[in-house]
Amino acid sequence: MADPEIKSWAPDHESRSAAVTESRPAQAVLMAIAFGFLGIFLLLPLIIVFHEALAKGLDAYTQALSDSDTRSAIRLTLLVAAISVPLNVVFGISAAWAIAKFEFKGKAFLTTLIDLPFSVSPVISGLVYVLLFGAQGLLGGWLKANGIQILFAVPGIVLATVFVTFPFVARELIPLMQEQGNGDEEAALSLGANGWQTFWYVTLPNVKWGLLYGVLLCNARAMGEFGAVSVVSGHIRGLTNTMPLHVEILYNEYNAVGAFAVASLLAGLALVTLVLKTLLEMRYGAEIAASRGH
Amino acid sequence: MTTAPAPAGWRFRQPSVIPGFGLTLGFSLAYLTLIILIPLSGLVWRSAALGWPEFWSIVTDRRTVNALEISFGTAFVAAAVNVVFGTLVAWVLVRYRFPGRRVVDAMVDLPFALPTAVAGIALTTLYAPNGWIGKLLMPLGIKVAYTPLGIVIALIFIGLPFVVRTVQPIMEEIDREVEEAAATLGASRFQIITRILFPGLAPAITTGFALAFARGVGEYGSVIFIAGNLPYKSEIAPLLIVIRLEEYNYPAATAIAAIMLLLSFVMLLIINLAQSWSRKRYG
Repeated sequence: MADPEIKSWAPDHESRSAAVTESRPAQAVLMAIAFGFLGIFLLLPLIIVFHEALAKGLDAYTQALSDSDTRSAIRLTLLVAAISVPLNVVFGISAAWAIAKFEFKGKAFLTTLIDLPFSVSPVISGLVYVLLFGAQGLLGGWLKANGIQILFAVPGIVLATVFVTFPFVARELIPLMQEQGNGDEEAALSLGANGWQTFWYVTLPNVKWGLLYGVLLCNARAMGEFGAVSVVSGHIRGLTNTMPLHVEILYNEYNAVGAFAVASLLAGLALVTLVLKTLLEMRYGAEIAASRGH
Repeated sequence: MTTAPAPAGWRFRQPSVIPGFGLTLGFSLAYLTLIILIPLSGLVWRSAALGWPEFWSIVTDRRTVNALEISFGTAFVAAAVNVVFGTLVAWVLVRYRFPGRRVVDAMVDLPFALPTAVAGIALTTLYAPNGWIGKLLMPLGIKVAYTPLGIVIALIFIGLPFVVRTVQPIMEEIDREVEEAAATLGASRFQIITRILFPGLAPAITTGFALAFARGVGEYGSVIFIAGNLPYKSEIAPLLIVIRLEEYNYPAATAIAAIMLLLSFVMLLIINLAQSWSRKRYG
């Protein structure tokens, strides 16, 4: 309701906002500092990865990537992500269903426990499995007697990866499903759907974008994990070397082009993750849980 | 908290028509126990089995103490730097309009998405004496790579999004009418920022600091390349754990891990207390 009389003496929009924002020069200085900081700390590291990877030309780059050890590192990283991400998706959906759809004692404590791996150093995440399965470990003797190899082999790498990526899907789905409430599910059940049908045709479509968001972040971390995997892998070239570990080996051998070539693939994965994440936030922001970040 | 009318006996969960409680909770608990709880309690059990004298002699060993000091010290400095610049970046993203704002906003999450080993070798190459940035700092007598300063640089990279992403949503919620009211009452911009905006943001800034700090203490991949890893000088605690493991010195690795977890827990407790204090004071 615009009263012309009031409008006549009210300051125009420009001067009113001037009172509650910084002066133009101050804005320019603050923006310059922020961009300078981001440029030095975020953009330059990204640029140098591709710069170093291509430092000796495209041929050297493709040659570095066709190396057989590099190939097996890529295969192992894909394999580990292909096992550990679905495991955490099943857990995330299951935990979110129990926590978001029901009221029970100890719920807050359970939610805290799920976030626990985020506050543990990746090295410690690997160490706990060494203490469990290592030669001097609690189960080490039994495993050896039965000829089961967990440490310095793929199962250990998968376990360490599952540990560090444990919370990603669950913490995305829990707030989302809590916000959506039980109304849709109760309607479906009252119309005669069984539990699985309710989940498959009602709940899953409701949370699909949030789930995809969680999977995206989980996958990025699973493929990029270094500390935890480094402790349990044993660094056997061509066998237990994931891509991040292979980057380390090549770098320590002063093979800069090789190290940065593998690193450029991982940086490419990070960029794709960021683009997809931004697209999801733009299109389906309301359908993705409010708690963002990790 | 109001007490509900006394229920007919203690109830573990409230009744619901939705099925699948037993299945989903049972599976979640079993998975959580197998993957997280049993391995972590193994660590606690192993360090308890060491006995107090041995545990104490390991954690008071000079190399251990120095490594812990370096880890916690550099993480503290990096988190403090991130509080200043992270808050500024959040402010620019929330309040100012400029072309490419969405790209800059998305870029802030790069440290979450970029594998730590990649960040590590990239930063080392930049800050090495012959690197793009290292070359510029050399004449000034500043050495970054292979010194504790390099650790701080890596932890600034790792921790930045924690501060920005914690502070940003709270900034977006600030009611600008309060600022307008203060301005009409004659407050200067500086007074508005320090007296009105900052108190509202203080709890979020504290949380951002805590998250960046906690992440920095445990960080390994991005640090070990740039740190130089000189014992007593630039060796972080997670690396010392790895070194002890490689020496098959399991007791030492376990004890250092246990003391790290304990110290992080105490720090987070203190920060939680500070947070509830700042909420009471400013909230």
